[in-house]
Amino acid sequence: MANPGGQLPAWADIVMLPLINVAMAFIVSGIIIAAIGQNPFEAVRIMILGAFSYDGALGYTLYYTTNFVFTGLAVAVAFHAGLFNIGGEGQAYIGGLGVGLAALALDGSLPFILLLPVTIAAAALFGAGWAFIPGYLQAKRGSHIVITTIMFNFIAAALMVYLMTQVLIRPGQMSPESRVLAEHAWLPFMHEALGWFGIAAARSPLNLSLLWALACCVLVWLLIWHTRLGHEIRTVGSNQTAAVYAGIRPDRTIIVAMCISGGLAGFVGVNEILGVQHRLLLDFSAGYGFTGIAVALMGRNHPVGIVLASLLFGALYQGGAELAFENAAFTPDLIVVIQGLVVLFSGALGFMFRPYLERLFARPVPPALAEA
Amino acid sequence: MDIGESLFLLVLTLDATVRVATPLILAALAGLIVERAGVIDIGLEGKMLGAAFAAATVAAVTGSAWLGLLMALVVSVLLALLHGFACITHKGNQIVSGVAINIMVSGLTALLGVAWFARGGQTPPLSDEARFGAVTLPGAEALADVPLIGAIYSELLSGHNVLVYVAFLTVPFVWWLVYRTRFGLRLRATGENPAAVDTAGISVERMRFLALVCCGILCGLAGAYLSTGHSASFIRDMTAGKGYIALAAMIFGKWRPVPVLLACLLFGFLDAVAVRLQGVALPMVGEVPVQFVQALPYILTVVLLAGFIGQAIAPRASGIPYVKER
Repeated sequence: MANPGGQLPAWADIVMLPLINVAMAFIVSGIIIAAIGQNPFEAVRIMILGAFSYDGALGYTLYYTTNFVFTGLAVAVAFHAGLFNIGGEGQAYIGGLGVGLAALALDGSLPFILLLPVTIAAAALFGAGWAFIPGYLQAKRGSHIVITTIMFNFIAAALMVYLMTQVLIRPGQMSPESRVLAEHAWLPFMHEALGWFGIAAARSPLNLSLLWALACCVLVWLLIWHTRLGHEIRTVGSNQTAAVYAGIRPDRTIIVAMCISGGLAGFVGVNEILGVQHRLLLDFSAGYGFTGIAVALMGRNHPVGIVLASLLFGALYQGGAELAFENAAFTPDLIVVIQGLVVLFSGALGFMFRPYLERLFARPVPPALAEA
Repeated sequence: MDIGESLFLLVLTLDATVRVATPLILAALAGLIVERAGVIDIGLEGKMLGAAFAAATVAAVTGSAWLGLLMALVVSVLLALLHGFACITHKGNQIVSGVAINIMVSGLTALLGVAWFARGGQTPPLSDEARFGAVTLPGAEALADVPLIGAIYSELLSGHNVLVYVAFLTVPFVWWLVYRTRFGLRLRATGENPAAVDTAGISVERMRFLALVCCGILCGLAGAYLSTGHSASFIRDMTAGKGYIALAAMIFGKWRPVPVLLACLLFGFLDAVAVRLQGVALPMVGEVPVQFVQALPYILTVVLLAGFIGQAIAPRASGIPYVKER
């Protein structure tokens, strides 16, 4: 993404511009809500209540947030290498397959303490594997990564339908689901974990994956800004020619960045399969990969921004579900619209307001003030 | 199964191929025109979906398929112009803009559908007058009983709606437009070397916007076909990835109209065959999973992009915003 030159204080660039863009997305969403004959302010009120104040609402919000952190980080790591990974959806799906296969194979023989690292590794490995091929094709054969990752989303969907209906389906069952995992393989819910410390919390799907998501944020931050590999990734992302002169091999860096990206997306499987569903099934990645694009754009590809953006989208998802429950006119599709508008304003039109801001800050001090 | 019967089955499959391939052809040609001008459009899917919704909505309210088509064109062109506003005027990332349009339209059509019709995102079913009905070519009925030729003429060639014929006629038209007109020459130059076009005193931005308008029109036709030609109402997310298959077909056809047509027919054929192959054991390979056949267009495109079947070389300047030298 080109960053047109111009003088703007750092805080205005990092805080104000993204806020203006998101505000635009919400203003347009409000206009759309008004256009279908509803009250946008009432909608906001119900959404905030629905996302934070009901019993367990915060848990739901944070459960969605967990997924968005994973997919947002995935998109961001690829972005830093100058790659647009639209394949988060497929990588999350296949990552979940890895979790499910590992857990189904080993939940009879391994205790939880060993099973957990194995399943997390399986998520990373499968997600990374699904991203490796597009990464390899981009690096070695110049195939456009956007197109190949889109294709891999569809291939992943077809593969999963095949596996779930023909291979992994529990015998004698109609719905395409595997058997339920042994209970000791489940990742504890947050309300259970808090219960160990005597803290009462409402039931929700929020589970310990949230901690892993936050750990991933720190790891990605360290990786991108404090390691040699991270420096290579950013160099390749901003100028491949310069990277070559600096002795960096862009092809290798691209492949590694894509694998890391895919692995991060794969962790959605840990949250969904190990944390919530406790079995393999279809469509558990339900759009989280695409939301990751909005999250990464809004969070400016920085872990802190991504956590904040994930929290916002988590609240939107949960608040939106509550809103749909209260008022049938608001289907959860409203959230999809908002998501699209956020991608539009924070991403494609990200610098539209920049010149105006620059003019605002570049305005010379009026003479009267200068004299005083 | 005797030969006549299996031939008839083949004709039916090809007939289904034509129906499935129609929106692909229109959308793939739309993608071809913009990419030839140097703009990548991931948003084919969104434009088709928006157009399908607009066509079905207007056709349901007014009872006229033609007014529906008009609205489909308006919506699709507006979405194309939005893409242009973001990535030509404001030099935003073309992929991001396309993704935004796809997500937005997918939500908006469902939201508006529920708000206006309260049918779970579907539009009311259209009567036959509000749809594009089958066009019977002259003599189709008379020839129907002639063996082979009758089947081919009256089943395969005749009896489609007008948009199917439009789609197939668009192929030579786009070929003529791209290779035989001044506009086409400028279009191709804009996609290969925009600086040269600029030097020649032609506005790169204007060329790209014109290409986007063409793209919008073709996607509008494709969308209207889906909801008022092929089916009789709009169904939530009814494009179901057709925009991406069209994109794949465009690459598979290497950005050339006739190969693109063939790619669309191939992908359409795979789709038509997939349904019929369910549970059928093929000689040599045994039973092929339906999902594999459905995924084949995507797999083939990846293999092609990897350079294992010929080479796919995109217009050189596609995806790069043009910044005038100062």
